[in-house]
Amino acid sequence: MKADPKNVLTGAHYLDGNHACAEGAISAGCKFFAGYPITPSTEIAERFARRIPLLDGVFIQMEDELASMAAILGASWGGARSMSCTSGPGFSLMMENFGLGIMLETPCVLVNVQRGGPSTGLPTLPGQADMMQARWGSHGDYEVIALAPDSPQESYELAIHAFNLSEKYRMPILIMTDECVGHMTEKVVIPPAEEIELLERKYTDKKPGEAWPFEWNGNGQPPMLPVGKGYKFHITGLTHDYRGYPIINAEAQGENVSHLVDKVRNNVDDIIWLEERDIEGADVIMMAYGISSRVMQPAIARAKKEGIKIGQIKMVTVWPFPEKRVRELAEKAKALIMVEMNFGQVYYEMERMAAGKCRTYLVGHAGGTVHDPENIYKVIKEAAK
Amino acid sequence: MNTKPVNQESQAAEEHHPMENLLRMDRIPHIWCSTCGIGTTVTALAAALEQLKLDLNKVTVVSGIGCTGRVAGYMKLDSFHTTHGRALPFAFGLHIARPDMKTIVFSGDGDLISIGGNHFIHTARRNANITVICVNNFIYAMTGGQVAPTTPISAKSATSPYGNYERPFNLPLLAASSGATYVARWTALHIRRLTTAIKEAITKPGFSFVEVIAPCSTLYARLNKLGTGLDLMKFYHDNSVIRHGIDPREADIDFQSKIIVGKFVDIEKPTYLECLNNGNKKAFGDKYRPYGGVNGNK
Repeated sequence: MKADPKNVLTGAHYLDGNHACAEGAISAGCKFFAGYPITPSTEIAERFARRIPLLDGVFIQMEDELASMAAILGASWGGARSMSCTSGPGFSLMMENFGLGIMLETPCVLVNVQRGGPSTGLPTLPGQADMMQARWGSHGDYEVIALAPDSPQESYELAIHAFNLSEKYRMPILIMTDECVGHMTEKVVIPPAEEIELLERKYTDKKPGEAWPFEWNGNGQPPMLPVGKGYKFHITGLTHDYRGYPIINAEAQGENVSHLVDKVRNNVDDIIWLEERDIEGADVIMMAYGISSRVMQPAIARAKKEGIKIGQIKMVTVWPFPEKRVRELAEKAKALIMVEMNFGQVYYEMERMAAGKCRTYLVGHAGGTVHDPENIYKVIKEAAK
Repeated sequence: MNTKPVNQESQAAEEHHPMENLLRMDRIPHIWCSTCGIGTTVTALAAALEQLKLDLNKVTVVSGIGCTGRVAGYMKLDSFHTTHGRALPFAFGLHIARPDMKTIVFSGDGDLISIGGNHFIHTARRNANITVICVNNFIYAMTGGQVAPTTPISAKSATSPYGNYERPFNLPLLAASSGATYVARWTALHIRRLTTAIKEAITKPGFSFVEVIAPCSTLYARLNKLGTGLDLMKFYHDNSVIRHGIDPREADIDFQSKIIVGKFVDIEKPTYLECLNNGNKKAFGDKYRPYGGVNGNK
């Protein structure tokens, strides 16, 4: 399905990451946005609120983030493409119903414009310290898909990609951006609608009475059932069987949760998106995501000039973690370096996959500003020894 | 227990549950204790839906967590069992996507008013076209009988073992002052009046609220030595005083005393979606197409 031209502001614009993200969602046909104001994410909600009345959709400012996340799940089951945005404190509140979205296998998109934490932290300054919360923030076992844009252009593109992934894998998708990308203004080129490919929701082709909401068959995701068409289906956040009926025993738990985990783990090659440069023959390989992947460029250029064989991987998807690729690279490189605005989150996944085959380094800090390239350079020098 | 052998095939052919078109018969028996008031309330909803002759494909039930939260699982409708307290915002999103459907939230007092209290007042304030049926048994039953924001003063619970000393919410007052267009309270034994109230609530545009005072036979009755569930159900019924149209401020509930029941609010007010469309019409004039859900304008 192509994007609806009515929704697409084709042309070159000068937008910040948050506005671009909202435009991406609108291009993707998002018709329902429920959110609660929180710095530094609010511009996404504001842009959506301004644009949506003439595009047959609804923006609603809910009473809190608990309600926002619940509402986008309800809207998605009603048939609307839906999304919300937030930052750290709101992300904590949304974890409850994010888990419901995982359990009900509900397509929707949630954007976290990360700021410094913990608690109220640094409302106006960047952080990348919610990455493990994105992975494990709601209780129980499950897998997530998280994308990290590094620019307004990518904020636009990944918003569309997130909606497509949400339909493909029938689950909420996270966009883990940050204050820096959210408030950075750059050129954003929005393509013509006919160049934007959208994945339509897969509904059952069975008749009412014959279809169930979670028909896991190991062959792609179970199609959804539409409301209002006589299917009279039931879904629950309790552990359930393919019928959506609660079944409280270990066997049902095994089947239900295995599906939630396997739908990501069995499709990592399709989901994982890495941008690699100069990996062949590199002694030192840098890894980063979001704004940190841009901040490390001056340090990499300087190291290169000095003859250090250095490659880099920008992780467009952070979750699922590219385990296989990092294992391979750890066999070839002398050192792997993770640059992120926290004291070690995604780094530990990299270290775990390196499994002692090469040295690993973290360039981390508490957030509040991006890295000083000098600090990144120092770690590269150390790693290249 | 009847252990007499029966010819199951012929019995199945003869016996039909009178509500089987509205119940998931493959999920019966339900989990509720005998003489719990939730069953009669479900019966009242089923009767109301039958009598209104609504297209059952276009009716949806959303519940939260708790004993009453299980209602969604037993109704043969598109039905959603969500998180604790969040039935209303989930239902709100569903309603906005599909305003052509009737959205009913059926849950308990702890779910709707304690953990979900903020959502309750705001959904009422917005006057979203949602009907809320709240079974109030004065206690957290599913988790073992803990004190609730509806527990009357001096009533005992697992976490108020010496008697509750917190002032409870008066739910009709809370609903009315938050903006509900329809507010009624009945007991679980007022089957006919309760059915009528649910019918009126469902047909009322906007946020409608029906509170149902129901016995919790296993916990509230036992912890407070109030006899069996049936004794308590009868006590609530016999001690109710019908006072239609009174100021809901007069409808406080004290421990084992008179219970004011009746219809307290029945007013006309533009719904959330009417307000949204009117507001956008004002802002955009003829450029604006009234919002009618994901299926377009209705």
